[in-house]
Amino acid sequence: MRSVAGTGPRFQGFPVLREEETTVSGVRVLVGTRKGAFVLSSDGTRRDWDISGPHFPGWEIYHLKGSAADPDRLYASQSGGWFGQLIQRSDDGGGTWNAVGNEFAYEGDAGTHQYFDGTAVPWKFTRVWHLEPSLHDPDTIYAGVEDAALFRSVDGGGSWQELPGLRGHGTGPSWQPGAGGMCLHSILLDPRDEAHMTIAISAAGTFRTDDGGKTWRAINRGLRSEGIPDQDAEVGHCVHHIAAHATRPDTLFMQKHWDVMRSDDGGEQWREISGDLPTDFGFVIDVHAHEPDTVYVVPITSDYLHVPLDGKLRVYRSRTGGDEWEPLTRGLPQEHCYVNVLRDAMAVDSLDECGIYFGTTGGQVYVSPDGGDTWAPIVRDLPAVLSVEVQTLS
Amino acid sequence: MTTHSVRVVLPAHLRVLGRVDGEVVLAVDGPVTQRSVLDALELRHPVLRGTIREHGTLRRRAFVRFFACERDLSHEPPDDPLPDAVASGAEPLLVVGAMAGG
Repeated sequence: MRSVAGTGPRFQGFPVLREEETTVSGVRVLVGTRKGAFVLSSDGTRRDWDISGPHFPGWEIYHLKGSAADPDRLYASQSGGWFGQLIQRSDDGGGTWNAVGNEFAYEGDAGTHQYFDGTAVPWKFTRVWHLEPSLHDPDTIYAGVEDAALFRSVDGGGSWQELPGLRGHGTGPSWQPGAGGMCLHSILLDPRDEAHMTIAISAAGTFRTDDGGKTWRAINRGLRSEGIPDQDAEVGHCVHHIAAHATRPDTLFMQKHWDVMRSDDGGEQWREISGDLPTDFGFVIDVHAHEPDTVYVVPITSDYLHVPLDGKLRVYRSRTGGDEWEPLTRGLPQEHCYVNVLRDAMAVDSLDECGIYFGTTGGQVYVSPDGGDTWAPIVRDLPAVLSVEVQTLS
Repeated sequence: MTTHSVRVVLPAHLRVLGRVDGEVVLAVDGPVTQRSVLDALELRHPVLRGTIREHGTLRRRAFVRFFACERDLSHEPPDDPLPDAVASGAEPLLVVGAMAGG
């Protein structure tokens, strides 16, 4: 794989498929970085890539995501320490962008949660970590924020309302931040009924609603975390990411601080599936687009050393839904590699031969067009990658 | 009520965001204060709401500074008059991103 900026079809701003290309499958990879957004486009072969960006240069782009209901509708979370949070929206596949609503006000008395030192501090909005568009309505989108809360917009991002039942969960005052902040980073919408949602917070755990966000339950039974006094407490677990396959929404996969976990009953009970992984610390986890029992993780050395084990960048794949894992190394650096892969920085496409993508804090974005068997960098020298999403276009 | 023509210089990020080139010139009615200037700025460029002042409280964001006439006005009360030279348009109000790394 190679970057081909300067050759092949070029587009202004974000790439937009030309008319004659609209019948050809392709992919659009949305990359959020510490210093802007990048869009990587290719046809179905995923061999040659067009790279555009940086968009919003100089800003932290924690996440971008396209609507499944309208692939031309994209949303981006743009933030920075100086000037705060913005949400950008594109209605033309990224050709143009407009800032929409950026007011994220907690409902009612914000209350307090625990700080790192165990003291109570007021809830304070910092940034949007994750944007999750509705599967059916391009104007409806959910935002997971720091300090942990869930917001929803039903007007294309123009205005945001908190779903306060989550933060108002009785355990809320005991939630505490992980090292990255007290972030709501994962939002899974049940394709059978979006009133069913599962979210995850670092470091509180996983929560589920079955009534569109009015009420929530902690679903952390089976998790054990050495970093909290009661290792199997109802909440307090540092969940790094969760994923599910669209055809099996009750089967959830989790990369916890330590431990890779699985639930087959919508989170009612979890079991560890770390199996023969060389280390079960990590951030990302994702599921093959066509094989619900094929799961990917990137093991990271430990909680105090956020680099690949032994300097070898290895994706691990389980074809058995966990427990048995194989290292995937072809095309990935197997010496002197000391990057991290952050929690939202892995994605899969849904082409016939499923493509797997991930980005690193060293600025590389890798693709495997064959389900993980072989890998190649799409681009090597971006700013630190915060998130990777992919749209499969036809 | 007197209308003042006030010049505001924005940092690069906010110029891009507000799609403005160079200085912004605002018509400010009544006393020229941080609040009245920023109110006029946000009215002209709604996209800047929340970027200089926090939503709700309208407090200056921590890493934003206000300079004018070679003085740091960041910690002045928002309803205090800005220097006459700013009110007259002789000098701009500078909105600055604090030197805090980057």
